[in-house]
Amino acid sequence: MDNGTHSPLVARGAARTLAHLWMILGVIIVAFPVYYVFIASTHSVQTILRPPLPLLPGSEAFENYRAAFSGEINRIGGVSLWRLLGNTTLIAVGIAVGKIVISMASAYAIVFFKFPFRMACFWLIFITLMLPVEVRIQPTYKVMVDLGLIDTYAGLILPLIASATATLLFRQFFMTIPDELLEAARVDGAGPWRFFKDILWPLSLTNVAAIFVIQFIYGWTQYLWPLLVTNSNEMNTIVIALKKMISFADADTPWNLVMVTSVLAILPPILVVVLMQRWFVKGLVETEK
Amino acid sequence: MAHIQLNDLRKSYAGQEVIHGITMNIANGEFVVIVGPSGCGKSTLLRMVAGLEGITGGTISIGDRVVNDLEPRQRDIAMVFQNYALYPHMSVRENMAYGLKIAKMPAAEIEARVAKAAAMLELEPYLDRKPRALSGGQRQRVAMGRALVREPAAFLLDEPLSNLDAKLRVQMRLQIKDLHQTTGQTMLYVTHDQVEAMTLADRLIVMNKGVAEQIATPQEVYMTPASEFVAGFIGSPAMNIFTVQVQGGEAMLPGGHRLPIAGLPARPEVRLGLRPEDMEVVGEDVPGIPVVLRSVEWLGADAFGYGTIEGSDVPMTLRLPGATAAARGQRLRVAPVEGRWHLFAPDTGKRL
Ligand SMILES: Nc1ncnc2c1ncn2[C@@H]1O[C@H](COP(=O)(O)OP(=O)(O)O)[C@@H](O)[C@H]1O
Ligand SMILES: [Mg+2]
Repeated sequence: MDNGTHSPLVARGAARTLAHLWMILGVIIVAFPVYYVFIASTHSVQTILRPPLPLLPGSEAFENYRAAFSGEINRIGGVSLWRLLGNTTLIAVGIAVGKIVISMASAYAIVFFKFPFRMACFWLIFITLMLPVEVRIQPTYKVMVDLGLIDTYAGLILPLIASATATLLFRQFFMTIPDELLEAARVDGAGPWRFFKDILWPLSLTNVAAIFVIQFIYGWTQYLWPLLVTNSNEMNTIVIALKKMISFADADTPWNLVMVTSVLAILPPILVVVLMQRWFVKGLVETEK
Repeated sequence: MAHIQLNDLRKSYAGQEVIHGITMNIANGEFVVIVGPSGCGKSTLLRMVAGLEGITGGTISIGDRVVNDLEPRQRDIAMVFQNYALYPHMSVRENMAYGLKIAKMPAAEIEARVAKAAAMLELEPYLDRKPRALSGGQRQRVAMGRALVREPAAFLLDEPLSNLDAKLRVQMRLQIKDLHQTTGQTMLYVTHDQVEAMTLADRLIVMNKGVAEQIATPQEVYMTPASEFVAGFIGSPAMNIFTVQVQGGEAMLPGGHRLPIAGLPARPEVRLGLRPEDMEVVGEDVPGIPVVLRSVEWLGADAFGYGTIEGSDVPMTLRLPGATAAARGQRLRVAPVEGRWHLFAPDTGKRL
């Protein structure tokens, strides 16, 4: 009896240790390149170009970051680091918010309203899952040219905000809302707009937070589309600028500033995840609907 | 407050009719219970009155308005749902106030109504809690309170107590009865539980497969069930109902026993209904029904004997005094109390 109660605990303890070791290994593998980028951003170009790269932070951190923010990047890429960060933030937030607005509206219509060809609409949205940006890039580009949206924020954001994935996620969530809740609201006198604003939206907040994070990162890391739809340096995103900073010849590349820019490209997504984490945890604790 | 009129009300789903024409007048302040087995259309009927389900045929009036094409909120009704359907992200106070807020009632008035309902339902200590921090009984009361504050023309309740445990159900049943008496609201209440139905109702609608089999007071439904279905559904244990031959003014029972029954119709066969509590043990020299007991359940004040009519396999349930010495295998001779029998047509099931 005693053995029977103890051995599973022991076994679980061992398994847990193993699982932890495995996870720590995974974290090291994933985190090491990021750490290395940070280390590189604190050394001079000369140190970076002379292998091996030290594993500890160097003394040039302040100088590198100061230089990056005070015009060095501007000299290399023709656009300030502030502008790059601003552009990318605007685009990432625009895409995330746009996707949430569009996908919530579509999911709301599909789940809560009965209209002709409702299922046809659903399937049409579903099918677009199979058509990623890259597949429809040429017609989309043509449309942007015809609308005169090249080199505009609208041109950068609009084609990316239709989202089948987010629509499906919201649809799944809306379908877990009991019918009676909608009916109670109808009896209480709530029309479609009030039901959305007073009941559906507050209940969706954790989902909105999750989708915002995912889509913010999606928007932040866009490469192909911004590359196509912008010509002027002024409209560059930080990811595009990074690419442009790297010359063919190793020695011509200001690696220390590239690394600084990389760190700054990584930071905002991390910040968003950390800030939004509060909502996730809240959502996990308050599971009940 | 208002009276409700249902006139040949019908409902079809995809061409399949599930409510087959129900006509009824519900008086102002009346407590009407819709009772019937699961799937008979009780909820559908209630939801049609609420405006949550479209109407295929007939009319509904609340007060003096035909409401067929009105939205639920325009019908001046409040509803209590089986699973309560409280807004999970709102406090008890907000849940109750939500409908009034939408109706743009002044804040002071909302406050006063919520306070009054909370006092009536003993919800004051919980006003700032979220529904998830409440017990089932408390949630049920919040759902009642949310309906109460609206002071609607009519209260609609769909099995409001079926998610509670037995003890709480009795308690809430009494509270709903009290509430009806103090507010004088018109109430339409759905349940499949005959005890709830009998104790709460001024009048019952006994439904079966989308038809109102009988609309009457609980006493009438019990004493003179309009059909074999009603007779079998209301009463516990259920009424014994079996076919008898009519021969020379007497009933010929299964097993060949004769029983004099007054008022037998002039037809060869009839369905005879005898409630377990309407029979008494008689001596061997009196005409009666010999019953062989299969088992006896002793409940304290009384006992139920389950057996068959001697010489047949027709089941027979008897209610015996608690002091009975009857036991399994024993033969009892019983006879119905004078006049306490029910006759139904074998073909239509209607009362004769
Ligand atoms: N939305 C619906 N579509 C099709 N049939 C339905 C729908 N709702 C109810 N029904 C049918 O109508 C009948 C009555 O249902 P309901 O009113 O819920 O019964 P009750 O409340 O008495 O258990 C059932 O046979 C049910 O299958
Ligand atoms: Mg029902």
